[in-house]
Amino acid sequence: MKLTRRDALAWGLGATAVAMLPMRAFAAADDAIAAFTGGADVGEGDISLDAPEIAENGNTVPVTVAAPGAVAIRILAAGNPTPGVATFNFGPAAGSQSASTRIRLAGTQDVIAIAQMEDGSFIQTAKTVKVTIGGCGG
Amino acid sequence: MISRRDFLQVGMAASALVGASGFGNWARLAAQQTLTQDQLLDFDTFGNVTLIHVTDIHAQMKPIYFREPEINLGVGENKGKVPHITGAEFKARYGVADGSPSAYALTYNDFSALGREYGKVGGLDRVATVVKSIRAARPDALLLDGGDTWHGSYTCYQTEGQDMVNVMNALAPDAMTFHWEFTLGSDRVRELIEGLPFAALGQNIFDAEWDEPAESFESYKMMEAGGVKIGVIGQAFPYMPIANPGWMFPEYSFGIRDERMQEMVDEVRAAGAELVVCLSHNGFDVDKKMAGRVQGIDVILSGHTHDALPEPVVVGDTIIIASGSNGKFVSRVDLDVRDGQMMGFRHKLIPIFSDVIEADAEMTALIDEQRAPYLGELEEVIGTTDTELYRRGNFNGSWDDLICDALISEREADIAMSPGVRWGPSLLPGDNITREDIWNVTSMTYPNAYRTEMTGEFIHTILEDVADNLFNPDPYYQQGGDMVRIGGMGYRIDITKPQGSRITEMTLLKTGEAIDPAKTYQVAGWASVNEGTEGPPIWDVVESHIRKLGTVTLDPNTSVEVVQG
Repeated sequence: MKLTRRDALAWGLGATAVAMLPMRAFAAADDAIAAFTGGADVGEGDISLDAPEIAENGNTVPVTVAAPGAVAIRILAAGNPTPGVATFNFGPAAGSQSASTRIRLAGTQDVIAIAQMEDGSFIQTAKTVKVTIGGCGG
Repeated sequence: MISRRDFLQVGMAASALVGASGFGNWARLAAQQTLTQDQLLDFDTFGNVTLIHVTDIHAQMKPIYFREPEINLGVGENKGKVPHITGAEFKARYGVADGSPSAYALTYNDFSALGREYGKVGGLDRVATVVKSIRAARPDALLLDGGDTWHGSYTCYQTEGQDMVNVMNALAPDAMTFHWEFTLGSDRVRELIEGLPFAALGQNIFDAEWDEPAESFESYKMMEAGGVKIGVIGQAFPYMPIANPGWMFPEYSFGIRDERMQEMVDEVRAAGAELVVCLSHNGFDVDKKMAGRVQGIDVILSGHTHDALPEPVVVGDTIIIASGSNGKFVSRVDLDVRDGQMMGFRHKLIPIFSDVIEADAEMTALIDEQRAPYLGELEEVIGTTDTELYRRGNFNGSWDDLICDALISEREADIAMSPGVRWGPSLLPGDNITREDIWNVTSMTYPNAYRTEMTGEFIHTILEDVADNLFNPDPYYQQGGDMVRIGGMGYRIDITKPQGSRITEMTLLKTGEAIDPAKTYQVAGWASVNEGTEGPPIWDVVESHIRKLGTVTLDPNTSVEVVQG
């Protein structure tokens, strides 16, 4: 994984610990979500996921997540063989609960971000990122 | 000329705004043979600010023919909406009479017959006359160029865009945004931009490595006209590295980035802008969606999809202006800005009828100076055509059929693929085909005509992928080109289906057999976005084919069956 200055800044300010997921395959994105939430209900709320609508390069897609008040945010690539991408944990001293990274996407799919809030509840958001062979143009 | 009916029509469409469009009804004037430059330029100067919009000129300095699309399908919320109506429906929507100058300018019907009657369109020396005339009425009018300017002709290729830079600099725009310019390569783009006497804008042009706004481009420029502070924000084509070869400009990243667009709008408002203009190369449907999501843009000058609309489309408090392509139109937008608010507009899409609008002599001389070193090559006649040659439309135009025939014949292929680009002027039956004409529909910096083996399954994947770039119901997932043109193969497309199930009944035309997913076919194509693509440049392939034919005669192409639901 390539670190950029902006990523490094985001990590340094916001994330007290970054746990890359182990390279074991989840059966499906649902399992990956359940593993993070422990099966708790996931609602909607103040969580943002910034990713391109169409990936310029499926091998390195920039994503930014933010959820004010979160203690942890997990990013999942629902269509990857291994959906889990990363979990960002935020300590009490974190200046903001946001992080940026780049992820590899096997094809067009939903990228999902789930935040665990201070009260133990979970909220999520998702965005479809298209990976296309491209060509043509106006 | 603004009729009361036009005024009411637009006034009603715009809930908060009072506006008017004057495309004029020239049918009667034309019938009397009295269509004049004065009538084309007639405009009651209005308000305190004037914007002049040109876009997607594609390096067409001289008058040309340009046939508008017959098929331009909208999907999702845009089904049947402007600009996705053509022909009779378009004429009914805007009250355009059959055979009128407006019909010739805006629709495809009877194109060759009307072309002979009304003549060619465009020519930057005519555009110069129009711009000068508007500036005479409103000296501080802003001229804004939506990009796709430094691409699309023989001389533009040979001079790496210098001819267009020289000519456009003489027109003195105030700002510009970008798309095909990047296919000159990022070093050349930076070299040209450094010498520009106007702003190079793109709030969505990012440094790919740092994911920060790129240094060579400004997000916006604060301007002043008529005592009004104006924030002009640039929006480059969002899908550059996907639709065009990213390896030619690896330092840059794009995307729509509408949240940043909102930040820029807020920033220029905070800096005192009373009027916010977005100079966009998003494409029309993307601009429409963006206008609904970003608050505070007064005017979007829309480019990329080559639509020419006689009235602005109003979304909330934003008006969207579409000014066509290939130098065929200039839009004039007069605005009344008071107390930090756009209170009203008056708009006119001015068609550049080359035989009606006088050429600006200085500009003609400058254009001819750019062409002089290449005149011999440009004017060489390669063949003639019995068939109207055009490209624009969602599926194959006759130029595309000719190019695909050339690929199959010259590269000995089963199937040919040609990119669904929207540029390229038209020719009328009986016209000579010169080298310049061939380059006008093929010129680009990645022209290699490849020949490769593809399985039936892979061909299907390509068609599905490109179809989704055109027919995804969400405009933000569209790229704004047309369907890849196919030679030697027929297919059926249901544009209402999701990706993966739109394309069926793929048939190899020469045998009439169904395409076998597992079988391998010889495929020739050009404009691959992959680095290291090998083969002769497409213009040589097409020239060789036309030379052998002598006279081009094409049968109507019925190989694509379209289901609209």
